[in-house]
Amino acid sequence: MIDLRSLYQDVILDHSRNPRNSGELEPCSHAANGNNPLCGDKVRVYMQVGNGKIDDIRFEAKGCAISVASASMMTELIKGTEIGDARETFERFHEIVTRKGEISDDEIETLDKLATLIGVREFPMRVKCATLPWHTMTAALDGVDDDVTTE
Amino acid sequence: MAVANGAYDIDAIRGDFPILGERVYDKPLVYLDNGASAQKPRAVIDSLSRVYETEYANVHRGVHYMSQKATEAMEGAREKARAFINAEHAHESIFVRGATEGINLVASSWGRANLEAGDEIVLSVMEHHSNIVPWQIVAEQTGAAIRVAPIDDDGVLDMDALESLIGPRTRMVAITHVSNALGTVVPVDEAIRIAHRHGALVLLDGCQAVPHMAIDVRALDVDFYVYSGHKLYGPSGVGILYGKESLLKAMPPYQGGGEMIETVTFEKTTYADLPFKFEAGTPHIAGAIGLGAAIDYVTRIGLDRIGAHESDILEYATGRLGALNSVRLIGTAPEKAAIVSFNLEDVHPHDVGTILDREGVAVRTGHHCAQPVMDRFDVAATVRASFGLYNTRQEVDALVDALGRVQEIFGR
Repeated sequence: MIDLRSLYQDVILDHSRNPRNSGELEPCSHAANGNNPLCGDKVRVYMQVGNGKIDDIRFEAKGCAISVASASMMTELIKGTEIGDARETFERFHEIVTRKGEISDDEIETLDKLATLIGVREFPMRVKCATLPWHTMTAALDGVDDDVTTE
Repeated sequence: MAVANGAYDIDAIRGDFPILGERVYDKPLVYLDNGASAQKPRAVIDSLSRVYETEYANVHRGVHYMSQKATEAMEGAREKARAFINAEHAHESIFVRGATEGINLVASSWGRANLEAGDEIVLSVMEHHSNIVPWQIVAEQTGAAIRVAPIDDDGVLDMDALESLIGPRTRMVAITHVSNALGTVVPVDEAIRIAHRHGALVLLDGCQAVPHMAIDVRALDVDFYVYSGHKLYGPSGVGILYGKESLLKAMPPYQGGGEMIETVTFEKTTYADLPFKFEAGTPHIAGAIGLGAAIDYVTRIGLDRIGAHESDILEYATGRLGALNSVRLIGTAPEKAAIVSFNLEDVHPHDVGTILDREGVAVRTGHHCAQPVMDRFDVAATVRASFGLYNTRQEVDALVDALGRVQEIFGR
């Protein structure tokens, strides 16, 4: 029996109830919408980017605890970082939550606070909830005006 | 096999469904997602095996023994489909992949032949996407306009508004018989009378109605009626489009291919008679026969008895869920089929669904392919428990207990 507590850790519940950096960012240099058409989750990510650095990031989300917590943690992690680092963080996170094989403790450590989200690996239907805000963030960086979806 | 006389023998009925004996995460399966798809009784499962083991070949083609047996079995199923909705002729029941294909067939074939710019199609706000999008496609192709009848806060179709929307340019009124997201039973007899008074045709989406109540297309005088087999305890991939003979006869084919032709030359092809004109290609032979077995199954128990049993479950579930402070019921029409949509305060339906799942309780969470309904109630999604003929009050209790687990995890 997989413990639901591994999915709904206190840190996740806290971020979902009190999301950090929530709300519109105006003005902003980059923004994009993300949708999960299967469950109706919606997220909008705003960023102010200058000299290759994400100076500010905010988001608005209508979604489940996992997607809101992931968005909230994302903003904390990548605010003030280089674009390249933000992309790399997502790539590492995405690879680990979608990997079929084992993951080592060292790898988990590299995820920083995102480590609390790796419980979604045991809930395949929920992986997209965790990755939607990140897909939306990279779409904004890529200058994608259209909505991105998880499908 | 649960038979039709005496009390409603729920244990015998449950015994007819092998999957109900399965355990999920080491807990008994509590299957409350019948609105999405219903489980299959042994009689249906066996009928599929029997087709492939004893009477399978392609239909309507071969002169050989097996082809004839398969053809007889499939046409026997069509006759069952006729009797099931009290249609006049068996050939008014077209085997399609499901209700979605049935609606697309009508929208495409009837719509393109009959709609022109300025004509109107009337839908309701609580349609499934499958009864919205096909009409949008044909409206775009023909210049017809779509008008949408509203519902009230309980999820009841506003019949006055519907009547005011139907005018001299209305060609088609396409509405659901029972709302998949809310459970509302629409007074379709009244809607049909209004539409016919203005010379419009009516298509009813019967997906959520046929598992719960007896349908009489002649008493209703409905022009088209569609439903999917898999929600009626039958196989997936097969369904019925019923259409009045005169309408189907006048409609051009939907797809071209084998079986739907009379003669083919490169100069001119003439089409087969009903129902084959609309059944291009090799159909889902076993599925059609399995649907016949499903119709036999529910008919043997009796739809009146099924409806009475489900009403009891619905009432019990509505009472128990309604008693929870954190629950907001969505869809509180006085006339409902056995569907309860709800949301928990402060917990997203998706999270509720995941936690219920780990308790063995299968519900649907999401927008139920009815986003306009979600918008109407200003929610992104709901949790939906939809009951079938085999569900019990104990399973409602299991749902309520599992919701307690949600509160435990999300409790502050």
